[in-house]
Amino acid sequence: MAKQAPDFANRPDNTAFTQQRLPAWQPMLSAGIVIPGFVLIGLAFIGIGVALLVTSQSIQVFEMDYTGVGNNHPCFHCSDPKPKPCVCKLNFTIDFFLKGPVFFYYGLSNYFQNYRKYSVSKDDDQLSGNLKNFESPSDTCSPYQRDNNKPIVPCGSIANSMFNDTFKLYQNVNATMKPVNFDGKGIAWWTDYNIKYRNPDTTPLRNAFNNTVKPIFWPVPAYELDPKDPANNGFINQNFLVWMRTAALPDFRKLYARINDPPYAEGLPAGSYMLEIQYNYPVLAFGGTKKVVFSNVSWMGGKNDFLGIAYLVIGTLCVLMSIVMLIVYAKFKFPEED
Amino acid sequence: ASQCCRNRKPHEEERRVRANDREYNEKFQYASNCIMTSKYNIVTFLPVNLFEQFQEVANTYFLFLLILQLIPQISSLSWFTTIVPLALVLSITAVKDATDDYFRHKSDNQVNNRQSQVLIRGLLQNEKWMNVRVGDIIKLENKQFVAADLLLLSSSEPHGLCYIETAELDGETNMKVRQSVSVTNELADQNNLASFDGEVVCEPPNNKLDRFCGTLYWRDKKYTLTNQNMLLRGCVLRNTETCYGLVIFAGPDTKLMQNSGSTKFKRTSIDRLMNTLVLWIFGFLVCMGVILAVGNAVWEREVGSLFQSYLPWDPSVDNFLFSAFLSFWSYVIILNTVVPISLYVSVEVIRLGHSYFINWDQEMFCSQCNTAAEARTTTLNEELGQVEYIFSDKTGTLTQNIMTFNKCSINGQTYGEGPDPLDFTPFNPLADPDFCFYDDTLLESVKVGDAHTHKFFRLLSLCHTVMSEEKSEGELVYKAQSPDEGALVTAARNFGFVFRSRTPGTITTTEMGRPVTYTLLAILDFNNIRKRMSVIVRDPEGRICLYCKGADTVLLERLHPCEQELMNVTSDHLHEYAADGLRTLALAYRDLSEDEWEAWSESYCCADKATSCREDRLAAAYEHIEQDMMLLGATAIEDKLQEGVPETIAVLSLANIKIWVLTGDKQETAVNIGYSCKMLTDDMPEVFIISGNTVHSVRQELRRARERMIELSRTREGGKEEGIEGWKQLQCPPPPPSNLMDNISGEFALVINGHSLAHALEADMETEFVSTACACKAVICCRVTPLQKAQVVELIKKHKKAVTLAIGDGANDVSMIKSAHIGVGISGQEGIQAVLASDYSFSQFRFLQRLLLVHGRWSYLRMCRFLCYFFYKNFAFTMVHFWFGFFCGFSAQTVYDQYFITLYNIVYTSLPVLAMGIFDQDVPDQRSLEYPKLYEPGQLNLLFNKREFFICIAQGIYTSVVLFFVPCAVLSDATQSTGEPLADYQTFAVTTATALVIVVSVQIALDTGFWTVINHVFVWGSLGSYFSIMLALHSQTLFLIFPNQFHFVGSAQSTLLQPVVWLTIALATTICIVPVLAFRFLKVDLKPQLSDTVRYTQLVRQKKHGRLGARGGSRRSGYAFAHQEGFGELITSGKNMRLSSLALASFASRHSSGWIDTLRRKKPTHVQTPPRGSVPLEGSGCCIQQPPPALCSYGNQTE
Repeated sequence: MAKQAPDFANRPDNTAFTQQRLPAWQPMLSAGIVIPGFVLIGLAFIGIGVALLVTSQSIQVFEMDYTGVGNNHPCFHCSDPKPKPCVCKLNFTIDFFLKGPVFFYYGLSNYFQNYRKYSVSKDDDQLSGNLKNFESPSDTCSPYQRDNNKPIVPCGSIANSMFNDTFKLYQNVNATMKPVNFDGKGIAWWTDYNIKYRNPDTTPLRNAFNNTVKPIFWPVPAYELDPKDPANNGFINQNFLVWMRTAALPDFRKLYARINDPPYAEGLPAGSYMLEIQYNYPVLAFGGTKKVVFSNVSWMGGKNDFLGIAYLVIGTLCVLMSIVMLIVYAKFKFPEED
Repeated sequence: ASQCCRNRKPHEEERRVRANDREYNEKFQYASNCIMTSKYNIVTFLPVNLFEQFQEVANTYFLFLLILQLIPQISSLSWFTTIVPLALVLSITAVKDATDDYFRHKSDNQVNNRQSQVLIRGLLQNEKWMNVRVGDIIKLENKQFVAADLLLLSSSEPHGLCYIETAELDGETNMKVRQSVSVTNELADQNNLASFDGEVVCEPPNNKLDRFCGTLYWRDKKYTLTNQNMLLRGCVLRNTETCYGLVIFAGPDTKLMQNSGSTKFKRTSIDRLMNTLVLWIFGFLVCMGVILAVGNAVWEREVGSLFQSYLPWDPSVDNFLFSAFLSFWSYVIILNTVVPISLYVSVEVIRLGHSYFINWDQEMFCSQCNTAAEARTTTLNEELGQVEYIFSDKTGTLTQNIMTFNKCSINGQTYGEGPDPLDFTPFNPLADPDFCFYDDTLLESVKVGDAHTHKFFRLLSLCHTVMSEEKSEGELVYKAQSPDEGALVTAARNFGFVFRSRTPGTITTTEMGRPVTYTLLAILDFNNIRKRMSVIVRDPEGRICLYCKGADTVLLERLHPCEQELMNVTSDHLHEYAADGLRTLALAYRDLSEDEWEAWSESYCCADKATSCREDRLAAAYEHIEQDMMLLGATAIEDKLQEGVPETIAVLSLANIKIWVLTGDKQETAVNIGYSCKMLTDDMPEVFIISGNTVHSVRQELRRARERMIELSRTREGGKEEGIEGWKQLQCPPPPPSNLMDNISGEFALVINGHSLAHALEADMETEFVSTACACKAVICCRVTPLQKAQVVELIKKHKKAVTLAIGDGANDVSMIKSAHIGVGISGQEGIQAVLASDYSFSQFRFLQRLLLVHGRWSYLRMCRFLCYFFYKNFAFTMVHFWFGFFCGFSAQTVYDQYFITLYNIVYTSLPVLAMGIFDQDVPDQRSLEYPKLYEPGQLNLLFNKREFFICIAQGIYTSVVLFFVPCAVLSDATQSTGEPLADYQTFAVTTATALVIVVSVQIALDTGFWTVINHVFVWGSLGSYFSIMLALHSQTLFLIFPNQFHFVGSAQSTLLQPVVWLTIALATTICIVPVLAFRFLKVDLKPQLSDTVRYTQLVRQKKHGRLGARGGSRRSGYAFAHQEGFGELITSGKNMRLSSLALASFASRHSSGWIDTLRRKKPTHVQTPPRGSVPLEGSGCCIQQPPPALCSYGNQTE
């Protein structure tokens, strides 16, 4: 710019950066982008919403409360915290063919697994098989750290309060109770089963638990959780893993089993069934409820009407909004040249 | 490392120093000459620096949080969520402090280890500076730095003179002369000096550079010591072979070090607002904590107590009230991220970036003086975008401070209006070739030998304090205290009266080729009160004469009565000169008889030696002799206007900035400069002049001015019915209410002089003055003192909630620069004191428009956008915990993973918003200069205020509601496709966090208006880093190493593979963003801001013209917009006749000159300054002389 070149020693560098002239994209909310954009988003959302709703409608869910409130309820006699064990039998009828694979959940409500002190009350080192933490569990487990000065394994509130109702399902075929097999394998996260929780390398497993005691509420020690399958014991017991993955909200359900075995792999036929519940877990004291759920899934998981409806609503709003914007735009046209 | 000790000693009453007597002096424990500006050493760095940093409220607050987190019952977050950001912030600051201090150590060491020659036991020894003690005698050589504050004892030069340069001390580059007391000068060599045992008693150390008061006691005699005898540390010895000095003040006691105090810390209005908001947020935080604690109490009582079989209460926390109390603190910890520690750091980083952009701006680089603009403080940038009042000095700021001898009046005859420049070389070989004069009659008159003319130039060659340097024969260089004086002496030189050299007692000149030496009997020096200087000389023939030059007001009063007629003629000339904007001086002489001189000399000596009231006595003595003088004539010096000043002022006033000029010049000069730089224009309906000498008359004039303004406004607003009635009702009570004054839309100007200003600044007049002056578009205060300048600034600061900017170049502007919100120093001719006191400095007034309209505007915009987004993102982030509290028994459970909480502010969301805060632009720089109206949002503080703050936190809270309840509603029943429920805590945490990061990233993408590569990298990089860091933290590898730290193993993979999760995130994002998008679109459509319009047009044009046309832009549209925003209302209301001719002319010319645009577009590098249209302002120094219209009439009326 300057014709003569005297002393420019202090002259700032002439780069796009220092002169704030970096090439830049300068987006602007012009009508040409925003209105079609809204229409597009709206239509896409409506499309997705319809797809989700249709998918969700196709999913079948059957759920039953078995807390045992009310005299008429078959589990009422178990709801009283009387000496256990108590078994209650729940008869029910499914009016439709519940297409397989069917998943069986138990659900709890008003149960605060997400309470801060509850959710930290475990010892991850111990649960990953570290024997040192068998002898001295971490302080986070308090008050379920020790029992009579003996370390509790697995320690902490979560483990201690593990859900211990058990279920057996029978189909009533011509007045005979035909058992429907539950498959309790593979119901936990892969990483939980393979990485996060590990038993100590000691064989047999029970030796690792010498000098420790079982959690106070547990009827059996950890290495005897599944008497049928020796591999499903200790910290990698599937039901234990499911329980240890704490829920985000106070009303939650957890996977108990799949119904995989023939002849029910294709689904549960319509008919009457009987659920035999070993009722061990008290919830009435804090106003909680218990339920069981039968459900099948689609590509998007279980039944979820909310998502589809939300998509439809938002999509419609977007389209409406775009119409409003179009009217406004036409009426108060942005001042343009010429 | 230096070994200075810094023990404080008791307060010093007076200082006693005995030469060559270390033992005696050591009794007083004076500071040694070792200086230590560094704050730390290796051992003390950590504790001292940490202590300093924890004095910041923010840091202490986070330390407090950290302590809370260490209490296990309370700790709702791991300790590292606080300590990592805190450590990061502390260490960044510590590293910065450490580097700063390292350089201070280095420079201290270098200075302390300088060598100086000290006289010890009669021998000269080399000593390091730091080992010099008070009372030592030091030998200095030419071009050496003075090591401490010395009393000059003797010098190699005659009469004990020595010359120093004080650039490092006060920035003035001219040489100054110092003289030793005559008795000590006789000591001459070092043997005598070694036995010198005089004792100096003087004032304790202070920071007054121009004053020293002490007494030397030696051989039972007393000698008065003044600043004239002192050599201060930091000066450089010049033109003096050697000299000896006695150390009086050393090291930290020297005036240089006493002056390097910390400067007053200025805060911006955004800073203050931010602090208020942070306090409010704390209040909000406490409220949330209380709500949740109450919730916790209720929950524990109703539910928790029953849930105890599964979750027993802690033995120490056995009741719900105590639990609620703990829960409160837990929530304080969790929710503290509403005020993240990174806020303050980010603000500093952004400001630093903006400062660098100012320093780097090539268009604020002055190639003539090789100076780039400099942001000397990094904390005020955004306030540059909010300036409403500019207070400007005139000389050196609006003008170049290059003085040229332009006209003169000798014995009633005026000279200086010829056609061609004179050629002096044939007449005078010693002439300065750069000097121009345009009247050959004056040269003729000199050649003819006109006695008055000769006397005139003789006076100019004798009556001054210029130092000359003659490198080789005839090659004279003058070093003058002020450029005026230099111009006068140079004029005399060219007209044949050449000042050659001076000694303390003589002045040697060459008069018409003949060398003459005058005996200099006395210099009656200049000061601001006297406003004149005189010399008394004895010519070779023995005649004694007093030559005096000074301001006409003081000089004309002291003339001999018989001079009345000449005085009238000369007065007329002076008025003419002043009307041309020239600086004038009157010259006079007085012949003295030997008796008169003797008598006066005695009284002078008496006054000079007086110990008390010396200065008053001297002034009285001067006054006594400067009487009955004969008028010789007057000189007129042109003060050249700086380049681009009128254009800059025009643009700034279009940007609604009010410009006040505060000058020490006379009224006429100031008014004329006002006209030539377009502050005052012919279109102004009236220029009010306030020049009353009493409180009463000033009040009268101010009132009358106001009434007149209302009257004129009324006639202009005539069309509007309500206006008339309104005025009628309100006109009766004087003084009119200020809101009425606010409505005055006319372009009035006010000129007030120093006397009247003094009255106007009195307590009861303040409001009256402010309301009148602020209704004017331009205000000129003339004849003001430096103190008054500061008072005016303070006045506006007090009465108007407006941002003020003071710009000046000289030492007299320092007070004004310091008291304004923003001080700008012009690094020009008058030293660097103004620059040192300033916040920004550059070398040309015209850069001010770029500083304000481009850098200031951008800084403000960026800072506001940054703050809005920053508060938004933290509310969106934090409030999710609040909603979750209602679902987790108010247990202070976090929604997110701890690592996410730690990294959210410092990694995942910090850089995109920083990039926006540093690089964002809404319109390019040329546009903001073309449409000065774009500056208005800053002045009105529209972009970030309490309202905007509430809008952005409301948006943040809305986002948090969506981010919590949408995943909550979707996930509570959802399952993976393998049937496992998705409602587990970790999946929920990952989903919410991912949705949050995506929402805030989309939001920053919407907010960013200027996507450079860096923005792209940061936005995409932040998203990328979120996913990669999360996957890493949830990976098996890390878990296997630290099983106890990474509970979330596998959650990311498991969660992010679920389509439902992504559908949830998409849904949440849409719900958060769509309303914002729609709102913004409608706002742009229904209520477009000027910047939207400019930006839109720019983009449309870019598309039309393709890439090439993008930068140059079409000028044609400039008309359309300025028309719409700036003037539309004026035109429709029929006021367009009053429009500034400049603005109209330039816009009109733009409209019609399409070919110019075409031409300009061909030169893409050409950068235009806006309205430089048809008005002939090409020449920078060209003063446009316009007769002031209503000025005189009104001015006379009032008198």
